[in-house]
Amino acid sequence: MERLELKEVQKLEGHTDRVWSLDWNPATGHAGIPLVFASCSGDKTVRIWEQNLSTNLFSCKATLEETHTRTVRSCAWSPSGKLLATASFDATTAIWENVGGEFECVSTLEGHENEVKSVSWNASGTLLATCSRDKSVWIWEVQPGNEFECVSVLQGHTQDVKMVRWHPTEDILFSCSYDNNIKVWADEGDSDDWQCVQTLGEPNNGHTSTVWALSFNASGDKMVTCSDDLTLKVWETEHVGMQSGGGFAPWRHVCTLTGYHDRTIFSVHWSRGGIFASGAADDAIRLFVENNESQVDGPLYKLLLKKEKAHDMDINYVQWSHGEKPLLASASDDGTIKVWDLVS
Amino acid sequence: MTLGLINANPIVHAKKERIPRSEESHSDHFVDPLDIYDFVRDIRDPEHPYSLEQLNVLSEESISVDDKLGRILITFTPTVRHCSMVTVIGLCLRVKLKHYFPAHYKVDIKVSQGSHANEESVNKQLNDKERIAAALENPNLRQLVDECLESNEL
Repeated sequence: MERLELKEVQKLEGHTDRVWSLDWNPATGHAGIPLVFASCSGDKTVRIWEQNLSTNLFSCKATLEETHTRTVRSCAWSPSGKLLATASFDATTAIWENVGGEFECVSTLEGHENEVKSVSWNASGTLLATCSRDKSVWIWEVQPGNEFECVSVLQGHTQDVKMVRWHPTEDILFSCSYDNNIKVWADEGDSDDWQCVQTLGEPNNGHTSTVWALSFNASGDKMVTCSDDLTLKVWETEHVGMQSGGGFAPWRHVCTLTGYHDRTIFSVHWSRGGIFASGAADDAIRLFVENNESQVDGPLYKLLLKKEKAHDMDINYVQWSHGEKPLLASASDDGTIKVWDLVS
Repeated sequence: MTLGLINANPIVHAKKERIPRSEESHSDHFVDPLDIYDFVRDIRDPEHPYSLEQLNVLSEESISVDDKLGRILITFTPTVRHCSMVTVIGLCLRVKLKHYFPAHYKVDIKVSQGSHANEESVNKQLNDKERIAAALENPNLRQLVDECLESNEL
């Protein structure tokens, strides 16, 4: 069994407050286009970082400032890589477009009553979802000319909603909350009639404290969630979406990974290669993989490696880049972003 | 702010005698709970012109430190069981102690067992880092916290 190591490629400084989140631009990192990612911070700015093709090192290409008036909590590139959505504690979501090398704010989405926590684009880039401490999830339709129309305001969570994520292939939306639940939302009647089709809570082997994040595997039939209850949970579905005659297939709990973390797990991300990484409040990154030597009743997933002191403070976000040899990026309370390579 | 005080008649205790702390040499990694207590005891209560020490909200026993793990636990006792100012007290403690410890130390704040009607939900809110960060960006809350941290001690 080869020994794998998470090697630090680079430490990126620049933000002047904690870095909450980041997002790799999906239209970069292949065909000679250098890898790009965006990061967002308590310093109210968003930074764009680009990799140099010869040195492989990243540098800050742009700082998006003077738009959000409070912490920028999350950012997401559209699938085409042309637009960047940024969600802020100032209760707005800004949409940015790269216009001849300069990033311009082309739209501001208002409506949430207080802090917006997360933003996500669906696979086709036609829908955007946002969520907030106001307990609601909003779905916006992308119109021509960078206009965004709110098509649904989803109530159901009883507390602060921490993250929203669209399924990787189907137009099904997932949200997770301070109310300890994960909710699944789908458009029932095909006419903007969005409803909660499933709630994954304590009765379903769900989390017993705030659920901070969720992530899908490449094929979209499994999902991993992380929580303040110090566990990771893996869920699966028989088929995704409304297949002919099948209707919506519910998600069910597969396994709980307990005893690996002793402080809140803020982030989890599943790579296309089947490894999921967690970032936690104990400053460590952990990688997990399917357990091939699984015996009956044995653990289905095992710890591949633990990187202690990956940062000097809490890790808020981890994300694998796409592409054949993915890099892992991590964002921390220490104000830095680190890029890692998984090597043997 | 609210018209009626949550606790109109708090019990005020005498301040504990201050013993000057000697200039002992501590290693960079050693955090003394009594030093922390000295630093926070005079935080003013959000509602009354008395310190958290005088109202017995904080005492020397409030602070515990695990240097090996780098963990600090602060347990405080609100003056009444339905106190809605608990989150403000939590914010005051976090702001006051913000740059006090080495960066990797983790601070948890709880209400003492049995001291609050909604103990579990209050403790959850006191330790949700994102909620704390957002609260401190709220100008009204920030102002209240700053007022509580203005030192009255000479």
